[in-house]
Amino acid sequence: MTAATLIWWALTYAQFMLALAAILAMVRTLRGPRAQDRVLALDSLYINAMLLFVVTGMRLGTPFFFEASLVIGVLGFVATVALAKFLIRGEVIE
Amino acid sequence: MIEQNLILVLAFLPFVAALATATLPENAHGAAAWVSGALLLAGLGVMAGLHGAVADGEPVRAVLRWVPSLGLNLSFRIDSFVWLFITLVLSIGILVVIYARYYLAETDPVPRFYSFLMAFTGAMICMLMSGNILMLVVFWELTSIISFLLIGYWYQGQAARDGARMALIVTASGGLCLLLSMLIIGQILGTYDLDRVLASGDLIRAHPLYPLVLVLFLLGAFTKSAQFPFHFWLPGAMAAPTPVSAFLHSATMVKAGVFLLIRFSPALGGTELWFFAVTGTGMATLLMGAVIALFRHDLKGLLAYSTISHLGLITALAGLGSSTAILAAIFHIVNHAVFKASLFMAAGIIAHETGTRDMRRLSGLMRYMPITGTLAIVASAAMAGVPLMNGFLSKEMFFAEAVDWHNGTWLDNALPWIATLASIFAVAYSLRFIAAVFFGPAPTDLPQTPHEPVAWLRLPVEALVLACLVVGVFPGLTLGPTLNLAVESVTGTTLPDYDIAIWHGINTPLLMSLGALAGGVILYFAFAQRIAEGPEGPPLLHRLRAQRLFEKGLLLLSWRVPRAVMAIIGSEKLQTQLRTIVLLAIAGVGLALWGTLQQAAEPRTNALNPSFALMWIVGAACALGAAWQAKYHRFAALTLLGGAGLVTCLTFAWFSAPDLAVTQLLVEIVTTVLLLLGLRWLPRRREEIHEDTLLPARARRLRDLIIASVAGAGIAAMAFVIMTRPLIPNIGDWFLRNAYYEAGGTNTVNVILVDFRAFDTFGEITVLAIVGLTVFALLRRFRPAPESLRDLRPEEEADAETRSLADYLLVPSVIMRWMFPPIIVISAYLFLRGHDLPGGGFSAGVTLAIGFLLQYLGHDVRWVEARLTVLPIRWMGFGLLIAGATGVAAFAFGYPFLTAHAQYVDLPLIGKVPAATALIFDTGVFSLVVGATVLMLIAIAHQSLRLSRMREHEAAEAQAKEAA
Repeated sequence: MTAATLIWWALTYAQFMLALAAILAMVRTLRGPRAQDRVLALDSLYINAMLLFVVTGMRLGTPFFFEASLVIGVLGFVATVALAKFLIRGEVIE
Repeated sequence: MIEQNLILVLAFLPFVAALATATLPENAHGAAAWVSGALLLAGLGVMAGLHGAVADGEPVRAVLRWVPSLGLNLSFRIDSFVWLFITLVLSIGILVVIYARYYLAETDPVPRFYSFLMAFTGAMICMLMSGNILMLVVFWELTSIISFLLIGYWYQGQAARDGARMALIVTASGGLCLLLSMLIIGQILGTYDLDRVLASGDLIRAHPLYPLVLVLFLLGAFTKSAQFPFHFWLPGAMAAPTPVSAFLHSATMVKAGVFLLIRFSPALGGTELWFFAVTGTGMATLLMGAVIALFRHDLKGLLAYSTISHLGLITALAGLGSSTAILAAIFHIVNHAVFKASLFMAAGIIAHETGTRDMRRLSGLMRYMPITGTLAIVASAAMAGVPLMNGFLSKEMFFAEAVDWHNGTWLDNALPWIATLASIFAVAYSLRFIAAVFFGPAPTDLPQTPHEPVAWLRLPVEALVLACLVVGVFPGLTLGPTLNLAVESVTGTTLPDYDIAIWHGINTPLLMSLGALAGGVILYFAFAQRIAEGPEGPPLLHRLRAQRLFEKGLLLLSWRVPRAVMAIIGSEKLQTQLRTIVLLAIAGVGLALWGTLQQAAEPRTNALNPSFALMWIVGAACALGAAWQAKYHRFAALTLLGGAGLVTCLTFAWFSAPDLAVTQLLVEIVTTVLLLLGLRWLPRRREEIHEDTLLPARARRLRDLIIASVAGAGIAAMAFVIMTRPLIPNIGDWFLRNAYYEAGGTNTVNVILVDFRAFDTFGEITVLAIVGLTVFALLRRFRPAPESLRDLRPEEEADAETRSLADYLLVPSVIMRWMFPPIIVISAYLFLRGHDLPGGGFSAGVTLAIGFLLQYLGHDVRWVEARLTVLPIRWMGFGLLIAGATGVAAFAFGYPFLTAHAQYVDLPLIGKVPAATALIFDTGVFSLVVGATVLMLIAIAHQSLRLSRMREHEAAEAQAKEAA
């Protein structure tokens, strides 16, 4: 087994597991039961997507997926913060 | 060559004057009058320079390429007729400017008046000079619009606004009819060139569409020239300042209609239909105007109806169409302009000095203002057609034409009688104008004590009255040759050297004139007392006011009927509207695609990647869930929408559109926050809706589900079929090939946005700016419904009124503050690499906006705004300016708008960097996007701020009450 094959298997496995994790997060988003659960689930969806971008980029050998994961990494939490603040304070901006 | 340039100078001079006067200060009366007068005088100089060339017989032409790709040129032509008309417009324009300088009050805003007046002159002159019939219509409509603005100059008055609106509606609708007729003529002949249209009269008259063309054409001409039954707008337009009335509504604009009739008589005239429609309408207007004028008590009202009547006379002559009739018509255009302008100015002086225009209150003014009185008497004599005045001459020629045999129809036979009868009334109202105002006992209850006006105010009247006399006494020496040339240029035939003379011997026209004079004097003195005591308008008829009918019609058409139709076919319910739109879309697409939408023979597919398949399941489930929860659990739906959006971004990236994925991700984040901000203002859900479980509600929901499924499945099917088709060479390939060589960028999407299709982008960011401003404007006035004003905090938190935000979010808010610089760096990174790699002005702008937004999230508004000043409107303004300036800069290098340039620049330390002008354009996009996004977010956010202020205020009041 060469290094390339190993990496290929590893990346494919990672991709699949991330997608599976996304499915689980989705179930939580759909079912709730509390609004807080949904927000958390959405946040983990974002993290999953970010990692999926990175892994897919490595697998295809292109740098073009990097920006998307960068944007999620730096800015993805803004939506979560806004949702969370809405739940705590009832206002997003006060 | 020199003549062509002179024509272009003439076309632009008045517009230059309009621009110059528009920039003057509010009270620069003298400067505005000097600038306008001097430029009009220069125009007269140009006319003098053109006279020799025009008098040779051939029209002088000038063509300016305008939209060469469409074959649209600005083509101007001047022949003797146009020359005469323009000279008239310019001369009276100068006198009107002098008059207006002393007529307008010190407080009247200067730039608006003079710039409109000059723009009007320009539109009028260009209309007269147009060598293309479509261009003619454009300038024709321009005169309508500017006259609207001029009539409404004193917009504080209800009468001015109503009059302006009515004039605009009538004349502009007429203009539309004219446009239609010109389009049909263009279809018949295959050309819009005026010369060729005028030369192809036989073709047009023989065409089956000729009656339609004629009717539409006449609607245009008649509305402009206030012919019966469209005359009613002209008296309403008298709410304009007197200089405007004198210029537009007597001398020039209303003459545009008769100009057109005379101009097109070789092309459209000569048929029986033309004779009946034009001469018939003209005679009816002549008689009706003269009769009503006698019964008006308002000075300007009398003059307005008299103008209508005289326009009728000219129209009737144009309908007769013989060379001598055309000669008489042109002669009367000039004469009427001269004496009617002077009369309007005299009426303006009287109103100015006495404070009233009501003839029943005016009396015996001769003893206060003898000079003005004398001038008015001479001008009125010209209006009445007293011998030795210019009005007498053209009226005699009209009588001669009326007596002449034309085609023996009943209308032809009735002409002399109608003409004489109308003349009797004309003499009577002219007499009334003089006798009621200047003679009789001294006035008793005038608002002001009258006296002679300043000499300058009288000067234009003096000049015009002098012209009346000179033309009246020496017609052959003054206007004769010019008129003969003008007629030649209209009819194309040489006139058998017609001699305009005062004395033709005792003949029928002279007897008619004398009879009318005697009849008019008798009529006035017999009924003067009863007219003065009677109502405003002729007996019996004064109740039937065309103006009121128009108002009623307008009310019916613009208010009642639309509302009735709305009640039948419209709905205010969002659900119904949405359902209708979707159903219509389904029907339309279904009709268009039925039987044609087929799967390609060899569908193009990718190998299925299991992880992405799973992700799509996530996306689809989230989308379905969002739709499911949208009605009762908005917050949950919003969260689910976030999931669906995320998977969409993933899909974009997977299908090799990383650029789009980045942009969509950023938009997704902003949208979530925006929706959250809006969510707060939606009404609270009603817990129990008892009809909700009943059968009708279930049936309704089932129907909506079916509609939604059909629409969604249809779109999915279409997208699938299109995307699985084999690739065909399309414009995308061209972009891909040329992005680097033509525009110096390797990110094709960005190159398309800022270079290949930069003009579209420019339009889009303009729209974005408008949307941003609109949202801002709407939210400034937004007052939420009372039930939205509740405290949204969860109950266990509500007692913690005093605990500040910092206590809750101390650590997160510090992190958010620290995130600000990194976000700015990322924004710069996305921006700078945009031309070559994923990124660009739009995504960079949204990123920076998120950065600002984060600060608002982490702290309260007051904290942020005390430390960070964002001026979104300026960002937007600078953005638009930069983008526009980049485009305009291309002109400086001789390229079309928005041509980009790309090259590499050597920077110290960094090395070679690409530097395209497209980057500057992108800066504009960036700045505008930041501005618009932040503007909208802050506008919504401030709603909550206002609420909390109100709450504090209430709490303080309650405390104060308790303390008391």
